[in-house]
Amino acid sequence: MALPTERPIPQAPPDGAAATADTKPRKRGRTVPPPTERIPVLRWARENLASSYFNAFVTAVCLVALYYIVPAFVEWGLIDAVFTADSHEDCRAASGACWAVIEEKHRPMFFGVYPYEEHWRLVLAVMIYIGAVGMTMIRRFWSYRILVPLWLFTLTSTLTLLWGGVLGLSAVDTTQWGGLPLTMVLFSGTIVVGFPLAIVLALGRRSHMPTVKAVSVIFIESLRGVPLITILFVAVNVFPLFLPQGLEFDKMLRVMVGMAVFFACYEAEVIRGGLQAISRGQYEAAEALGLGYWHTMTRIILPQALRICLPGIVNHVIAAFKNTSFVLIIGLFDMLTATTSVLQDPVWRRFTVEAYLCVGFVYFMFCFALSKYSHRVERWLSEDKRF
Amino acid sequence: MNEQTPDTNSNTAADTAAIHLVDVNKWYGDFQALIDINLSVKQGERVVVCGPSGSGKSTMIRCINRLEHHQRGQIIVDGIELTDNLKNIEAVRSEVGMVFQSFNLFPHMRVIDNLTLAPMLVRKMPKAEAEALAMGYLERVQIPEQAYKYPGQLSGGQQQRVAIARSLCMQPRIMLFDEPTSALDPEMIKEVLDVMVELAKEGMTMIVVTHEMGFAKTVADTMVFMDQAEIVEIATPDIFFTKPKNERTQLFLDQILTH
Repeated sequence: MALPTERPIPQAPPDGAAATADTKPRKRGRTVPPPTERIPVLRWARENLASSYFNAFVTAVCLVALYYIVPAFVEWGLIDAVFTADSHEDCRAASGACWAVIEEKHRPMFFGVYPYEEHWRLVLAVMIYIGAVGMTMIRRFWSYRILVPLWLFTLTSTLTLLWGGVLGLSAVDTTQWGGLPLTMVLFSGTIVVGFPLAIVLALGRRSHMPTVKAVSVIFIESLRGVPLITILFVAVNVFPLFLPQGLEFDKMLRVMVGMAVFFACYEAEVIRGGLQAISRGQYEAAEALGLGYWHTMTRIILPQALRICLPGIVNHVIAAFKNTSFVLIIGLFDMLTATTSVLQDPVWRRFTVEAYLCVGFVYFMFCFALSKYSHRVERWLSEDKRF
Repeated sequence: MNEQTPDTNSNTAADTAAIHLVDVNKWYGDFQALIDINLSVKQGERVVVCGPSGSGKSTMIRCINRLEHHQRGQIIVDGIELTDNLKNIEAVRSEVGMVFQSFNLFPHMRVIDNLTLAPMLVRKMPKAEAEALAMGYLERVQIPEQAYKYPGQLSGGQQQRVAIARSLCMQPRIMLFDEPTSALDPEMIKEVLDVMVELAKEGMTMIVVTHEMGFAKTVADTMVFMDQAEIVEIATPDIFFTKPKNERTQLFLDQILTH
């Protein structure tokens, strides 16, 4: 209880004035700073690690587990590991991890069955793409004048690099696309097509027009109840049966649309949740000002609704990123499938764990970056708006 | 037919009724919220509507800009009849401003953006012009220094004044106030009422639903008393407050004026 008064007042004059200064409150009225514990680490530990007997027990169990796992992993992954090997014989001799498999196989892992001599195009495409994403994430660039040209450039340049057939680049069919670039193309396509569709479906489901509402409900409910694998199978194998003879869409495009539609159905329900949180008064104020439906939605309702359901939205975006690995069912080699196929090589077959850990790490980096970024966006929005 | 551009508040059309309600009836399901409402409001007239809660005051003024639709009768605003015709509804809404009990500012926009949004989108006004207009109205409601804050950073009284300025930016010929001070702390009521008194002095046509009888005595040309979905009495303030004809009016006034 005596804690607050124990704190020495900085630069208290040593003469008689100190006595009055000690009892007198500083600056504003009678306020005093909150009591603080002198060893913050201990307080943190008590509050977070041992706030109850059960939590103390859980902490102890975790510490024991860490004691057994971490040293073993470090020994396997670092101390006894082989990082570069002239041949697989070096790896066989070692007792630890064989990271050399990644050096040996990284190109088919990350680029799939894309023609070997053309891999530089993929490197360039991925760099442009990551650069564009990075720029888009910076708030200073959030204006149509920057983002629209940026993404037009990114899309045309990356797709030109991937496809080829112009500017002296040899043409590469989409069935040969693979690895990380394929994952990125599928993911971007899913979001770019799926997200606007999700908004339209969410608005449609809340529409007063019976037909629009019915179509949205049927669309969402029927597709949401089906596994993604089924939708992809239908898109690839069943859908062409209904097309007139001779007309055919690219297989990858069909898969992408399938994924986008699946994504949209889930996301639509998340967005609908956000829309329901907006009070009636916001609609009325917009109506009273004479704003029409689309102006009301795009300027008033959606900005608020999307902010409310941002965590849910990002949840499904991350799921969509990982769902890209489903393209294996139609014989496309995304990063994960490409790795699996690389490990068919009998010489390196023993070292699957290392290769999968590497791929897993790449997936994790993307998803973790997304989630971190969404937290930051939430913070930005709540700083500004205070609502 | 009146000209529909709101470029002037001149009284050239003073003799024509700004708002005409003829035998208006409205139901919510089986519940009748308005029964045979007849009311005429002249250009520049200030009408204060009072009555017990649930008497249909809000419903009536919400019908005037079609936030609610009436099932029977006629509502004519500035020569335009309100029907299901969307063009007519839009035309009326751009002539009629509305202030709500709960402000209904757009929380994700700064004050200035709240004000410029509708003029820019509906009136197609250039941004610079809309901002100049907005700053002008913010000065009139005496909070120009709050222009670049978000509504959540303002007090209730300031928010309501922003809401009034936001309506005025559409340069309406008629203003509707739906209990504009009921959600405010007592010390903030005056600053909002002051703005409304100013507006009344400038000759704005106003319909105000309120329990602020002091305000009513100051500005009202006409008092309307509603009870149980009907207009019970329409009178000038001096008659209304001293010798109302209807005993229900007398009862209501006794209740709210005893404090």
